[in-house]
Amino acid sequence: MWELIRANKRNSIILMVLMATVMLLLGLIIGIAYGGPDAGFTGIIIATAVWFLLAIVSFAGGDQILLTSSRAIPVAHDDHPQLFNVVEEMSIAAGLPVPKVYIIPDPAPNAFATGRNPKNASIAVTAGLLGRLNRDELQGVIAHEMSHILHRDILFVTLAGIMLGAIVLLAQVFMRGMYYGSLGSRRRYSAGGRNAGAAQLVIVLIAILAAILTPIMAQLLYFAISRKREYLADAGSARLTRYPEGLANALEKIANDTSPQIATANKVTAPMFIVNPFKKPDQMALSDLTSTHPPISERIKILRNMMQGASFKDYSDAFVKTTGHKTIVPPVALTKEDIALREASAEAKQEMRKQAQMRQVGDIMRKVQGFIFLTCACGLSLKIPPNYKPNSVTCPRCRRELQIPVNR
Amino acid sequence: MIPLIVVLAVIVLLILIVISIYNSLVGLRNQVQNGWSQIDVQLKRRHDLIPNLVETAKGYMQHERGTFEAVTNARSQAMQAKTVAEHAKAETALGQALSQFLLVVENYPDLKANQNFLALQEELTSTENKISFARQNYNDQVLFFNNKIQMFPSNAVANMFSFTKRDFFEVGAATEREAPKVSFTQN
Repeated sequence: MWELIRANKRNSIILMVLMATVMLLLGLIIGIAYGGPDAGFTGIIIATAVWFLLAIVSFAGGDQILLTSSRAIPVAHDDHPQLFNVVEEMSIAAGLPVPKVYIIPDPAPNAFATGRNPKNASIAVTAGLLGRLNRDELQGVIAHEMSHILHRDILFVTLAGIMLGAIVLLAQVFMRGMYYGSLGSRRRYSAGGRNAGAAQLVIVLIAILAAILTPIMAQLLYFAISRKREYLADAGSARLTRYPEGLANALEKIANDTSPQIATANKVTAPMFIVNPFKKPDQMALSDLTSTHPPISERIKILRNMMQGASFKDYSDAFVKTTGHKTIVPPVALTKEDIALREASAEAKQEMRKQAQMRQVGDIMRKVQGFIFLTCACGLSLKIPPNYKPNSVTCPRCRRELQIPVNR
Repeated sequence: MIPLIVVLAVIVLLILIVISIYNSLVGLRNQVQNGWSQIDVQLKRRHDLIPNLVETAKGYMQHERGTFEAVTNARSQAMQAKTVAEHAKAETALGQALSQFLLVVENYPDLKANQNFLALQEELTSTENKISFARQNYNDQVLFFNNKIQMFPSNAVANMFSFTKRDFFEVGAATEREAPKVSFTQN
């Protein structure tokens, strides 16, 4: 886990350097386009100033701005003992100081964490989430947020967001300048000669291209980073709670929820939430390059495929098995840790007992009507109706192909 | 002239590396220490919760004197434990007495509906969870620390400044490993 944090810090620095270079280059190109080769330096200065301003605003007031705009209410232990206790438990498990706890009065279930370092961190949870989840599931969600704080994701995503904001701003300003002003036309005459004019035009074209492309590239990069961090926070949650099923159940409940979109989410704050707060009718199509969060169904499948243990390596194996992509866990974090999964808590077990009773009655009815009972290797039991034609069925939890016996 | 500068630069670099490794070792050792004291804090918290729990329950469960005594005795045993081994044993016994107590509580729906008792039960569940997470965290920190001490190149620095390996917290391992003796003979 420490290796993961260190790898994250290193990647943060690399990313910062990369984005800074892009931003300074953009500033340079725009400066040259505006005022000739000498103005390139001015462009760089302006770009740095913009970034600096955004950074100060973000770091000085960022947390408060986020929390106030979400209408989050701070809670003490006696206001909601269970939430506070769960946050305390997860802080102990992570070895971090207890963050400030907030509740957002919104019926949509969601949660987020914010804070530039573990000492100044806050976790906010919506009222909708508290009403729907049992203790194990709440633990899973809080552990996910705690992992964001632990892995220093907040700082990283904030810095990346600032960079992105600065790049977009620069590009916008430049394009506006292009649109409204007659760029370079006066300079072209005063710079003398057709050659100088042609060179100026080329630079202007490059600048326009850069101004269009860099925001797009930066945004794609931002989304990719955000998605990777979400997976790693899921892995961290499984590791802290030793019970990935808790988070999987919570995500399932959130995914199936029918409340309207959370009132106070916007494009800036979206990456901080546990689940993409924007409700779109067709989730699959939009959950590729342009989403800040990986698709929920995939996250659930990965968590449910962790059957050997709860370490990062187990999450990595489950990830590769489920998605077929290369693992997103950095190699340094793949040390073999022997972390056993634990059982559900007493309260959750009681809930499951009641559900089991209902299921038993249903199963008796199904047997009578000729359903076929199959058990998948992942533990899910499938009941196939008698009029199901094909010879095989795909397990909805782990995607294995199961053959249906021929003699039905 | 130049070879001398190169040698000096290498020496300075090595010193810097040693310093950085030493600092990270100290940081990890402090994390281990912190983890250990966290376990203590949560165990003490459990001790403090119990009298209140027993008092609230006594009003409803007048005939369960035996259960109350078991819990109270286990608690005083745990508070008197001195060595680490005694601690581990006493705390495991207290945990068992508590779960017995909660099992008996299941038979008293009036008590289960009492708001005070519900609040206390939440605190107790939370404290039990915190104890196990504190142990989990302690073992995690010990693992990181031991790994760092034993792996190259930090083991060289560790030996230089005599950092020693830490033991994992094996709760009730001694008592749990004593399998219950099953006897089929009639006494």
